[in-house]
Amino acid sequence: MAVPQQQKPDHKPLIKRLLVITLAMFGFGYALVPLYDVFCDLTGINGKTSSMAATADKAVVDLKREITVEFLARPNADMPWLFKPQTQKIKVHPGEIKLVYYEAENITAATMTGQAVPSVAPGQAALYLNKMECFCFNQQVLTAGQKLLMPLQFYVDPALPEQFSTITLSYTLYDMTKHSQPETVAALIPTGGNHE
Amino acid sequence: MSTVTTDPHAHGDHHDEHHHSPPAGLKRWLYTTNHKDIGTLYLLFALTMFFIGGAMAMVIRAELFQPGLQLVQADFFNQMTTVHGLIMVFGAVMPAFTGLANWLIPMMIGAPDMALPRMNNWSFWILPFAFSILLASLFMEGGGPGFGWTFYAPLSTKYSGDSTALFVFSVHIMGISSIMGAINVIVTIFNLRAPGMTWMKMPLFVWTWLITAFLLIAVMPVLAGTVTMVLTDKYFGTSFFDAAGGGDPVLFQHIFWFFGHPEVYIMILPAFGIVSSIVPTFARKPLFGYASMVYATSSIALLSFLVWAHHMFTTGMPVFAELFFMYCTMLIAVPTGVKVFNWVATMWRGAMTFEVPMMFALAFIVLFTIGGLSGLMLAITPADFQYHDTYFVVAHFHYVLVTGAIFSIIAAAYYWLPKWTGHMYDETLGQWHFWCSLISVNMLFFPMHFVGLAGMPRRIPDYALQFADFNAFISIGGFAFGLSQLIFVWVLVKCIRGGEKATAQVWEGAEGLEWELPSPPPYHSFTTPPHVK
Repeated sequence: MAVPQQQKPDHKPLIKRLLVITLAMFGFGYALVPLYDVFCDLTGINGKTSSMAATADKAVVDLKREITVEFLARPNADMPWLFKPQTQKIKVHPGEIKLVYYEAENITAATMTGQAVPSVAPGQAALYLNKMECFCFNQQVLTAGQKLLMPLQFYVDPALPEQFSTITLSYTLYDMTKHSQPETVAALIPTGGNHE
Repeated sequence: MSTVTTDPHAHGDHHDEHHHSPPAGLKRWLYTTNHKDIGTLYLLFALTMFFIGGAMAMVIRAELFQPGLQLVQADFFNQMTTVHGLIMVFGAVMPAFTGLANWLIPMMIGAPDMALPRMNNWSFWILPFAFSILLASLFMEGGGPGFGWTFYAPLSTKYSGDSTALFVFSVHIMGISSIMGAINVIVTIFNLRAPGMTWMKMPLFVWTWLITAFLLIAVMPVLAGTVTMVLTDKYFGTSFFDAAGGGDPVLFQHIFWFFGHPEVYIMILPAFGIVSSIVPTFARKPLFGYASMVYATSSIALLSFLVWAHHMFTTGMPVFAELFFMYCTMLIAVPTGVKVFNWVATMWRGAMTFEVPMMFALAFIVLFTIGGLSGLMLAITPADFQYHDTYFVVAHFHYVLVTGAIFSIIAAAYYWLPKWTGHMYDETLGQWHFWCSLISVNMLFFPMHFVGLAGMPRRIPDYALQFADFNAFISIGGFAFGLSQLIFVWVLVKCIRGGEKATAQVWEGAEGLEWELPSPPPYHSFTTPPHVK
């Protein structure tokens, strides 16, 4: 590799390659965003549940096991609504379909939009909590003083590993009034559109 | 890049050989494409930033001298911890290493200059702008950034002030500067080595810098992406880190520390190279285990990409991830241990003398090892739940960065100063500088281990009463360490202005191409490449 005397080496190919690495790594930084979501979806770490409705056609009810599912709900610090689950916790058999309700009330004097974002603990159990219908799939628009009963239909996958006996499902409700995208599903990829 | 040549005078007059004297006055420094001038600029810039960042540390220690809020508001305290960290990492340690690379790499590999001298000028001269922007934000309405140098979301995206945009742009400029510097180092080392300077004959400082440069071009772009995401989240309505819009604040920590952990090694690998140059000289023995040093450095660099989440053990990761990152982190102790072993083995039965560079190098080996061991304690996941965000962490990273990186930079300055200036520095003053620094730095950082283990949280301007005595002691150590660095400035000024003439070899046991040039070396180092046997 050493350069013979008096001959000027051509630096351009090497510089080009290094610049390509630099740009690729800049792109990689951004690629980490969807990669992280895919990784979390596949492994269930971070307690993210699927934002797509599940189907229950092949689920077999396992009567021998009983799982406790706990429900938590809280509005985000900037969200003035009241938000709570009707049921604190229930026991279910894996594969058994259950329907529970959450209550939301807009106590302000203005029409507002809310979006609930779920999180499951322990994180790995998130993969096995299948929601067939959930208010978190959509945003909710409530007029001043309006109350809403919001359904959550789910079942626990019988494949849930043995070490889990309790699953906690927690929702945080965010104020999305300023994000004017009423039909947005809690997206996998971060979305723009804050037209303040 | 089409006009890049190895010789800055190739496209001008070529008749009077290579011994131009540089243009006089300010233009010499503004227009310079000379690796020595740019190296000097980098080093002086780093020294200035070291004192500015140090002044902020003094504000922090003065406030923490007593419990309660005495001197500054909590908001300003946060800005001090934030900007102190940013200045020291990006303004002091990294430019100092780049300055050393500029001065030394061409001389060590037998090249006339850096490969891309014009870009070299740029990569230095954008830095003052970056730091002016950052420092100016402190004086603006609303103050500077106060979310910690790690700028975690949502602190930086939701709860930050208007200066965030200035912070983001200054980090962009710092990143561009580092990337250009790294590309220059890589091209220089790949293309400009003297005949016979094979890979495994390169001095370890060159090796460690080559690996550092690759780390830089791998992770500085990721940092640029991270700050850009913060910028768009805050000002342009994206939701990378906002759960309400489908993003995730924990994702921020993953991306940031994917940059942040290799960054830690960017700040320590060149230090390994420096110590590997100094110890053999003053032990008068060749470095023990040269090849293993090269492999150890490479494996540390590779492992640095697999350990980022050890900064995030308390974010609620699943157990298997905690274990993976714990074991990978501990694995890094193996190549680092190889290095420490090699330095000790180099000294074993050597004819040692203890001039100032050697003293700082020895202090580096001992104190960096202490920082490494507290790092191992932090790597233990269950223990980390206790230590996380306490002063124990502060003690750990200051041992590896101050008594590690900074001590190695000071050692390098003393070691190569006679080569750079042509004068010997004042040995007595240098010894005073060393002993004052050594004692005060341990007064400053060692008790932080104890208050940290006792639960004192970091980044908080107030603390519980039981930590008062320790904090007063720590602050006194801090002031003493800050003042000790003024001795260093005195030594530098004295040495630059005059002193005993230095020989070409300077140190009896010094080996390497840079010691074959006269002291001070000619403006263009090797106009005809030397032959390395």
